[in-house]
Amino acid sequence: MPTEPLFQRLQQAPHTVRIIFEGRPLTVSADVSVAAALLAHDVGHTRESAVNGRPGAAYCMMGVCFECLVEIDGRPNCQGCLIGIQDGMRVRRQRGAREAFTGAISEGRGDE
Amino acid sequence: MSNALVDLIIIGAGPAGMSAALEAASYGLDVVVLDEQGQPGGQIYRNIDRADAQTSQVLGPDYLHGLQLVEAFHASGVRYLAQVAVWQVTEERRVHFILDGQARVLQGRQLLIATGALERPMPIPGWTLPGVMTAGAGQILLKSAALLPRHPVVLAGCGPLLYLLAVQYLRAGVAIAALVDTSERGAVFKHLRELKAALAGWRDLLKGVSLLLALKRAGVLHFHAARHLRVTGEECADGLSFEADGKPGHIPAPLILLHQGVVPNTHITRSLRVEHEWNEQQLCWAVRRDEFGESSLPGIFIAGDVGAIGGAAVAQTQGRIAALAIAQRLEKLDRSRFLRVVKPWIEALRTQQAARPLIDAMYRPDVLNRVPANETIVCRCEEVSAGAIRGYVDAGCLGPNQTKAFGRCGMGPCQGRLCGLSVTEIIAEHRRVSPTQVGSYRIRPPLKPITLAQLAAERELDLSLSPTPSRTPS
Repeated sequence: MPTEPLFQRLQQAPHTVRIIFEGRPLTVSADVSVAAALLAHDVGHTRESAVNGRPGAAYCMMGVCFECLVEIDGRPNCQGCLIGIQDGMRVRRQRGAREAFTGAISEGRGDE
Repeated sequence: MSNALVDLIIIGAGPAGMSAALEAASYGLDVVVLDEQGQPGGQIYRNIDRADAQTSQVLGPDYLHGLQLVEAFHASGVRYLAQVAVWQVTEERRVHFILDGQARVLQGRQLLIATGALERPMPIPGWTLPGVMTAGAGQILLKSAALLPRHPVVLAGCGPLLYLLAVQYLRAGVAIAALVDTSERGAVFKHLRELKAALAGWRDLLKGVSLLLALKRAGVLHFHAARHLRVTGEECADGLSFEADGKPGHIPAPLILLHQGVVPNTHITRSLRVEHEWNEQQLCWAVRRDEFGESSLPGIFIAGDVGAIGGAAVAQTQGRIAALAIAQRLEKLDRSRFLRVVKPWIEALRTQQAARPLIDAMYRPDVLNRVPANETIVCRCEEVSAGAIRGYVDAGCLGPNQTKAFGRCGMGPCQGRLCGLSVTEIIAEHRRVSPTQVGSYRIRPPLKPITLAQLAAERELDLSLSPTPSRTPS
């Protein structure tokens, strides 16, 4: 679902780095959170909900809502709004519940 | 037994936490501040010591006001740990947290919780679509990443932050498609009783008036008393529909920023089982505290918005007062000196709080946006609708904790941080009882995700490493 980015920088970022989002290289500001970096690109949604796959994206930007969950360098359920961008980070959408649970438990998700 | 012992642990480095740390350090207390963010400042002064000149100009003088406090905090030598995820706090004032991926624990002789506020949930149909965010999120993106909406944006809801963000966006040249205001035009005249008492806080009132005038001068399309808000769009937001002045409206926009005030962030205090009370004026739970900020658990203090919304100046004063009380408790000053030193701050607090009842009355969020119609999703993590919650009540569910068993409401990763207030109010309305009778979610650790491997390797924090004020990215 290619969309236009929702946000743009007030001025040119002084430093940029490269990350990979869903296999696609993106040039992003160096000193921002993962969620902020993604909002400045046309990536559409950044997670699919655990219950019904509803597309979601960052909502509160302050660590409350957990809508910005992404997989970073293979680690699932990372709060994108609380984690700073690092050069070379590989970021993917969080699809459903984190894998450790769906894999080990057949019924229900057992995340509590 | 513990070597990781300090006089005072402060959780949160907003205005309350920073000013408490400064005051406590000035009495010789050994203080450690734990902060979820990457730099001190809290949400209000977020990123302030790193924001460039252009962004600071857009954000305005109230934001810059925080610079002095943050710089004093940096200069104080108080130990500051950034990007800390506190996952458990005990009655004995042991604070368990994750720092750089490692589980650490620290014991405080006294504890101050200054976790501030979060935005009140605004559950309206379509609010889960990508492209819908909070106004606070919009402001955080501006402060921390110099990001602005690329297309004309819709701001919807009520409260001073909504107007402030609109004015900041105008300064930055962002087009505002519409301000869809749920409060009524001239709401101030309906609250003359509060107005008289509020005049002592005239500076705060004047600020609000000047924001509204700026919006009017700029010709922003401003709807009043808007009802039946609904975000439209299939895969992502494409506009906001509503009714204002009896007429239906629809404003197309890919970005809708919602806001209807802020409420205390009580996640940690709830997990501690300190007493909370329903604040009817502010329609939220707040921690019960004495005059100096001590909670119902001795040695555990609170300051700032976590104990009722008061704003940055109030938080700063409360931080100072709590720190003085803590210093006295640790015998750094005697009772009579404490009472003498604290008195002017208690008096200052009264003036700083004068306008609050009026602000609360003017921007009281509409019940339709707190207790929504059945179709609206309330628990975003588990996709539970208001109708489902009412169904649980009809089947015998009495309070928020039982909704978990009925339909996993509040059991997702956010642990009910976002939906808690809505769920309490929906059940109270449907049962026709007060929120106090309904209660709130019981919050249990781990408050943040922690792996078994991290837990197994938990160690006392090595204080000899003496962390200094950090300037890590975020």
